[in-house]
Amino acid sequence: MPALPRLAVLGLALWSALAIAEPDPLDSARWGDMRAQLFAAEATVVFDPRVSVTGPLTAEDAMNVPIAVDATALPEVVEVLVFADFNPITKVLAFRPKAARAELAFRIKLQQSSPVRAAARTADGVWHVGGTWVITTGGGCTVPSTGSASPEWQRRLNEVSGRIWSRPEGNRVRLRIIHPMDTGLAASIPAFYIEQLAITDGQQRVLMEIDAFEPVSENPLFTLDLPPTVTDLVSVQITGRDNNGNKVNAQVER
Amino acid sequence: MKRLLALLALIAVHATAAGFDYALAPRQIAPDTWVLEGAQEDFSFANGGRIVNTAFVVTPAGVVVIDSGPSRQYGEQTVAAIARITDQPIVKVWITHHHPDHFLGNQAFAPKTLGALARTLTDIETEGKAFNENMYRLVGDAMRDTEVVVPTEALVAGIVDIGGHRFELLALDGHTAGDLAVLDHSTGVLFAGDLVFHDRTPTTPHATIARWLNSLDVLEALPFKHVVPGHGPVAADAGPIRQTRDYLKWLDGLLTQSAAAGLDMTEVMRLPLPKLFRQMAVIDAEFPRSVSHLYPAAEEAALHVSSHPAKH
Ligand SMILES: [Zn+2]
Repeated sequence: MPALPRLAVLGLALWSALAIAEPDPLDSARWGDMRAQLFAAEATVVFDPRVSVTGPLTAEDAMNVPIAVDATALPEVVEVLVFADFNPITKVLAFRPKAARAELAFRIKLQQSSPVRAAARTADGVWHVGGTWVITTGGGCTVPSTGSASPEWQRRLNEVSGRIWSRPEGNRVRLRIIHPMDTGLAASIPAFYIEQLAITDGQQRVLMEIDAFEPVSENPLFTLDLPPTVTDLVSVQITGRDNNGNKVNAQVER
Repeated sequence: MKRLLALLALIAVHATAAGFDYALAPRQIAPDTWVLEGAQEDFSFANGGRIVNTAFVVTPAGVVVIDSGPSRQYGEQTVAAIARITDQPIVKVWITHHHPDHFLGNQAFAPKTLGALARTLTDIETEGKAFNENMYRLVGDAMRDTEVVVPTEALVAGIVDIGGHRFELLALDGHTAGDLAVLDHSTGVLFAGDLVFHDRTPTTPHATIARWLNSLDVLEALPFKHVVPGHGPVAADAGPIRQTRDYLKWLDGLLTQSAAAGLDMTEVMRLPLPKLFRQMAVIDAEFPRSVSHLYPAAEEAALHVSSHPAKH
């Protein structure tokens, strides 16, 4: 074997070893597990400051920790996976931006202090990971929802409220769905949560798809932003279902 | 983080060896009237939860205590501090509301002396235990052996005469669902509880701002000479009442406007704060907390309930 390719192979091996050992900027003991559980072994996963996760330094309410994910600094984001290293259920949600911008804000339940991370997959298949630590006294995942104790939620289950705002940088849509989002971790209350949502405009164009998991807070509220190219937005439709097959189907006017 | 934990552990060990000394030094603010002024801080291992003002009035018919403080040791050290000033027995301990820093010293006092508004009794019963556990996490060993004691007497609004002091009990609300304020007509001292904060950012975990503003109007109309806020320095005018009102009105307006403009909660938590309020202690911690408490209701009011199902 000629010398140059051998060196190149050695260099590549060293580079891979370094890539594997790339230190977690959030210094979490669980990062190795997250890498192994949530991403294929052969996938390229890099820490990237272009993916930002914004949350409170200290969460006042572990049942409702506000989180905003922004991957708009990356080109061609196909999908974004949000997870919390130290939650009993780590996966929080995934969203595919489609015609919307690659950012989403929502609230989550945290069982204890944890990194909250977003991994954005670009069209080249690379996962770009950003995140932030959120400190909390916790208990957010093993507490029953208030809805599960109230007769009212059954009448209002999957009721949607929302609104569309025109802003110089593009339309903003906020959507709130009445749902207990029970994790199944509170004693004798089974998991009951919204699984899938699709948000479309009046022309049936998909703005965003969201796969939600148990840690999304009760009565989920999503904030999404659209690029200025999406004009004449008079209404959005939101469709989807929970894990018991109940449908979400509503239209929100401007 | 690890270094911080080690430091906290070290402090905890020292506290265990000596017990937690709050170094309570009652300050006389009016005839017969003393105040124990807390730090304008958040709960910490270093302050043992002493961020609150408690007070007592010495009368010929015994001592009236306003709030028992954040822990058993604080309550016990209050009893000792009173004994250094008077031989009079403690006849009444009035708890202004159900927040942990105001009633967790109850163990140090005879149960029959403890009183609070009926709503406060209920709230201590239902939420007291969780508050107590949280306080152990926040201030550590200063909480040692602290247990929840629910007051026995349900107080009602009206005049109570004790040893020639005409106390007017006011049953108000807004900071919580039950806020007791006490005006001693004999000295003109108004014990406002947490309805009034002074140079310290108000806390809002159980707040209803509209009700709170009503209560502040009631307090400002009273013939007082001194006001003892729940947190922050004693004042000889209505300044603290007005400051609390100004902050709550600003906060309420900001949240309503932000929700109407479609801001997400994470954005509201990062809004710049007016210079006027930046001077209040711990605003950087309290403001995002208040957003967490109060923004969801503002958002709900700003969103339109959809009556139209999507067409397919
Ligand atoms: Zn309070």
